[in-house]
Amino acid sequence: MKKLCIVILLCCLTILGATSAQAQDVQFPKNEPINYIIPFSAGGESDLFARMQQPYLEKLLGQKIVITYKVGAGGALAWSELVNSPATGHYLAGINLPHIILQPLQRKNAGFKTEELKPVMIFHVTPCVLAVRKDSPYKTLADLLKAAKEQPGSVIMGGCGSATSGHIASVLLNKMAGVNIPYVPFPGTSDLPIALLGKHVTAIMAFTSGYSQYRNEMRVLAIAADERDPSIDAPTFKELGYNINEGSFRGISVPPATPDSVVQKLYEACAQTNKEPAFVEKMKSLGMTPLDMNPAQSAEFIAGKIEEYKTILKDLSK
Amino acid sequence: MASEHIPFPHNRTHTEELEAFMDILFTAIDNVITFQNMLFVCIACILGIIGGALPGFSATMAVALMVPFTFTMEPITGLVTIGALYASTIFGGAFSAILLNTPGTPSSIATCFDGYPMAKAGRGEEALYTASVASSVGGLLGTIILILFALPLAQVSLRFGPPEFFWLAIFGLTIIATLSDGSILKGFAGGFIGIMISMIGMAPIGGDIRFNMGLVSLQGGVELVSVLIGFFCIPEVLNMSFNPHQKQVIVDKIRGSRESLRKAWWNVMGHPGNTLRSAILGAFIGILPGAGGNISNIVAYNEAKRAAKDPETFGKGNPQGVVATETANNATVEGALVPLLTMGIPGSPPAAIIFGALLMQGIQPGPELFSKNGDITYAFMFSFFICNILMAVFGIMAGKYIFRLVTRIPTRCLIPGIILLTVVGTYAIRNNEMDVILMFLSGILGYYLKELEFDAGPIVLGLILGPIAERGFVQGLLMGGAISMDHPWVIFFTRPLCLVLIALCVLSTCWPFFKKAMDRRRAAKAG
Repeated sequence: MKKLCIVILLCCLTILGATSAQAQDVQFPKNEPINYIIPFSAGGESDLFARMQQPYLEKLLGQKIVITYKVGAGGALAWSELVNSPATGHYLAGINLPHIILQPLQRKNAGFKTEELKPVMIFHVTPCVLAVRKDSPYKTLADLLKAAKEQPGSVIMGGCGSATSGHIASVLLNKMAGVNIPYVPFPGTSDLPIALLGKHVTAIMAFTSGYSQYRNEMRVLAIAADERDPSIDAPTFKELGYNINEGSFRGISVPPATPDSVVQKLYEACAQTNKEPAFVEKMKSLGMTPLDMNPAQSAEFIAGKIEEYKTILKDLSK
Repeated sequence: MASEHIPFPHNRTHTEELEAFMDILFTAIDNVITFQNMLFVCIACILGIIGGALPGFSATMAVALMVPFTFTMEPITGLVTIGALYASTIFGGAFSAILLNTPGTPSSIATCFDGYPMAKAGRGEEALYTASVASSVGGLLGTIILILFALPLAQVSLRFGPPEFFWLAIFGLTIIATLSDGSILKGFAGGFIGIMISMIGMAPIGGDIRFNMGLVSLQGGVELVSVLIGFFCIPEVLNMSFNPHQKQVIVDKIRGSRESLRKAWWNVMGHPGNTLRSAILGAFIGILPGAGGNISNIVAYNEAKRAAKDPETFGKGNPQGVVATETANNATVEGALVPLLTMGIPGSPPAAIIFGALLMQGIQPGPELFSKNGDITYAFMFSFFICNILMAVFGIMAGKYIFRLVTRIPTRCLIPGIILLTVVGTYAIRNNEMDVILMFLSGILGYYLKELEFDAGPIVLGLILGPIAERGFVQGLLMGGAISMDHPWVIFFTRPLCLVLIALCVLSTCWPFFKKAMDRRRAAKAG
C-alpha cells in the first residue's frame, strides 16, 4: 500500500512537471482566465466598453475574461500594478490617453512610465466637444469668444479634471483665440452636465460620449476632431480656424515584457470585435468613434503624443 | 438665477398628465408582477442582504457584479433585479453594524452608534427587527417621493453648485457639535484628524499627489471603507480579545421574538416624526449628486438626536437612533435615482452602474426617459415597493437566527472570524494590499483614540466630508476668480442658497448652547 502511494505521488509529480514545462513556452491563451483591469470606476466609459467587449473576446480567445476595478489616482494605481504583473498576456489594463502620458510627466513617481505600458490596441476615441446650454445667448464659437474678450469673467469653462484632454483643449483655445476663459475642473464627466444645466459654468469642454443624452438641453459649438460627427450638428474647431484635436483615446495594454506574438493575438481579437456590426452600432450610440491602431501604430501614436504634451505642459507652466 | 426654468418635456395640463400618469403606473404594476420578476427580486434581496452584511462589500460592488447577469434578461427584469439588489445591500449593512459594530457599508455608520449598544444589552433581536422595519419604511417613503416628485426635485438638485457643496460639507461638519457627547473640543479635534487623513493621496482638484510619503500605493488615497472597518471593528475586537472569557452579548431570555417584533414595529410606527424626517432627509441628500447614504445616515441620526426629548440616551442603545439611520439610508437609494432617471446624472456610485446597465439595455436615461420608455421607467420605480417589503420580510426571518447564532459563537472563534472578514473585505474594495495595512493601522489608532475618549463618529465624518469641502472650496474660488480677481471668495457669500446653508451652519453650531440655555430656563421655571 505504501509503495502504491509513492508510485501515485511520483506519477502526479511527473504530470505536474510536464505541464509546468509546457507552460514555459509562449502559449496563449493558457487555460486560465484573462484579467482585464479597469483603472476607473464602474459605469464609466472604460468600463462600459470593456463590458461590451467581454462576450466577444471570450468567444474569440476561448477564455473567461474577468473584469476587475482598480480605481484611484486617476488610473495610476491600476497602471503601476499592471507593469509589475506577469507578462503572460493574461493581465491587461485599459489605458486612457492623455492620462498615461501626463501622470508620469507631472509626478516624480507615478509608479509607472508611459513607455512601460505596452499597447495592444487603441480602439476608440471620444473627441472633446464645447457645449453651452440650449437657452444660452451664444450661438456660435465666435459669439462665445467675443463675449470672453469683451467682458472677461462673463464666460466660465467647466471640464473634467486637471491636465486632461478637456483642460488641454481649453488652454489651447485660450491661447489661439487670445482670450482668458477661466477653467474650472470637475471630478468626473458626469458632473459636467450638472454644472452646465445648473448654470454654475457658461460652457463645458465635454466628450461626445457625455453629450448624446443631453441633445435637448445643450448646443455644441465645436468639436475637437478631424472630421465632423454625423450625429452632432456642429463644425470642427479646425473649420473655425483653431487647430485643436483633443479627446480621450482608449485602448488596452499589457506588461512591458509580454511577447509580441501574444500581443498580436490579443490585438486580432480586439480588432475583430471592433468590426462586429452590432458592436459598432452600440459604440456609435455611446458617442465613441471606433479606431483601429495595431500595436506598432499605437506605440507610435503614444510616442507622438508624449512630445506634443511635453511642449504644451511647458507652455502651461510659463 | 434661481427663477429661471429648465425646460423638461412635460408641458401638458394637470388632468391630462394625471390620467396619463395613472395609465402608465398601472401598466407598470402589471409588468412588474410576474413570476420571473418576483423570483429574481427574491434572489437579489437575499444576495443583497448577505453582501451588505459583509464589511467591505459595498453596494457599488454588488451592483457591478450583478450587471453582467442582467444583460441577457428582459429590460424590466434586469432593472428590477438590480434595483432590489441595491436597496437590500444598503439594508444588509445594518446586520454587521448591529452585531459586530462594523458598518457593512458606509451607509450604516451611524447604525453602530445605537445598534451595537442595543445588541450588547441583549436587545439585538429588537435592533435587527427595528432596522428591518425602518429600512423598509424608509425605502417605501423614498419610492413615493421618487414617483411623485422626481422632476421638480431634480431641478432643485441642479442649484447645488461647488459653493453650495462647500457649505453643505461645512454644515455636515457642524454635526460634530451635537454628535460628540463628552467634550466638543475633542469632537472637533477628531473631525480634524479625519480631514487630515482624507487629504492623503490625489487632490480632488488639480490632481497633485500629497502626503503619500513617497509610496506609490498611497497615491490613490485612503479608502473610506477600510478606515471605517478599522475605526469601528478593530477596537471592538481588541477589547474582546483582552477579556476573552467575558460574554460579549447577553441574550435577553425573557423577551421572545414576537415581543421584539412588536417593539420594533412600535419603534418605527410609534414615532412618525422621526421616521418621516429621516426619510425626507435621506431622499433629499440622495438626490444631490455626490452626496449619498454615507452622509445621509449621519445627518438623520444627528437630527433625530437633536429633536429627541432624551438626547443623552442616544449612543447608549436608543432604538430611535437605529430607526433614523436605517430609514434615511434606504430613502437615499431611491433619492439617488431621481437625477439619474430624470437627467441622466447618477446621484451615487451604484446609480452610476445602473446608468451603465440602462445604456446596455438600449435605454438612454434622461429627460426623454419618461416619455419614451415610460413603461420600463415606472415599472423600475414601482418595483422598489415590492423589494422594500420583501427585504424586511427576509431581514426579520434572518434576524431571528443570526442574532442567536452570533451570540452562540465562542469568542475564540468569533475573533479570528471577524478578522478574516475584515481583511477580505478591505482587500476586495479595490484589490489593494495597502488598504488592509491601513485598516489595521487605523484600528490601532482608533483603539487608542477611544481610550482617550475620542469618538469614531467625528473622525469618520471628517474623512467623508473633507474631500467634498475641499473640492467645493477650490472650484468655488476658481469660479469666483472669473467674477472678481481680487476677491474670489465673495462667491461663497452672495449666492442665495449659500446664505441659507450658512444660516443652517450657524444654527447647528449654536444649537447645543441654545438648548442648554433653554433647559436652564425651563429648570428655573419648574424649580
